[in-house]
Amino acid sequence: MESIKHIIQHVPIEYYIVISAIMFSIGVAGVLLKRNAIILLMCIELMLNAANLLFVAVSAYTQDPSGQVFVFFVLVVAAAEVAVGLAIIVMLYRNFDSVNINMLDKLKW
Amino acid sequence: MTLAEITFYFLSVLTIVSAAAVVLSNKPITSILFLIFAFFCVASHFLLLSAEFLAFVQIIVYAGAIMVLFLFVVMLLNLNKNIEPYKPILFRTGAVICGGLLMLLIIGALKKTAGMDMVVVDEELLQTTIQAGKVKTLGKVLFDEYLLPFEVVSVLFLSAIVGAVILGKKDI
Repeated sequence: MESIKHIIQHVPIEYYIVISAIMFSIGVAGVLLKRNAIILLMCIELMLNAANLLFVAVSAYTQDPSGQVFVFFVLVVAAAEVAVGLAIIVMLYRNFDSVNINMLDKLKW
Repeated sequence: MTLAEITFYFLSVLTIVSAAAVVLSNKPITSILFLIFAFFCVASHFLLLSAEFLAFVQIIVYAGAIMVLFLFVVMLLNLNKNIEPYKPILFRTGAVICGGLLMLLIIGALKKTAGMDMVVVDEELLQTTIQAGKVKTLGKVLFDEYLLPFEVVSVLFLSAIVGAVILGKKDI
């Protein structure tokens, strides 16, 4: 457990901000680029993970365990979201025979 | 450079590369496998920050449960083919530029946040940090300060289960 000492002493917290910002934007770019519903869900998971990483980093740097509890909640919400999302994708596949989200444009004006 | 620092840089590069590979790969199965790898990298980051409990939960819940669900759906429905419609290069560049601008925005917004400059490297406080990741401390905080959110989250989970079952059934 000596690693945390070196990390806090030598790695500024800005680095963690940059990493999670990059991960988050990769997720956003994926949502904008891809049309496969499953990959869109995976990009959302990526964004949630970027937020989790920043939560844990700030929690470690400011000596506050609350941040890690929040990560716990984010994990639970992500699991629930994936369960419902994949059920919707299965439904979509059953009705349209494809998982392309361009099929779902009935609400578009 | 200490070993911890080298591990940090190595892991960061690995995380970002595998995250990019999720978006860039053509087949859904490859994306899923890269995403699992990215989750393992994030779990190692948690270990490096001495959040052991969360690291293992990350591996068990994310890499173990959530990604298996993804794999199940892709393999059972036989979705492992590239269905991306052709998009003009302008559209793709626009998406990448949007992502890059968002990244700059997030970094700029978070960099000067209050509290970010209060990082202290006191021996006693370091002990608090190490303790913060332990199951004992987390359990105390979770069931003391955050008891109500915990219960609410369990109700959310129940509704998600019911919703998934109803959506998945062919005819009720």
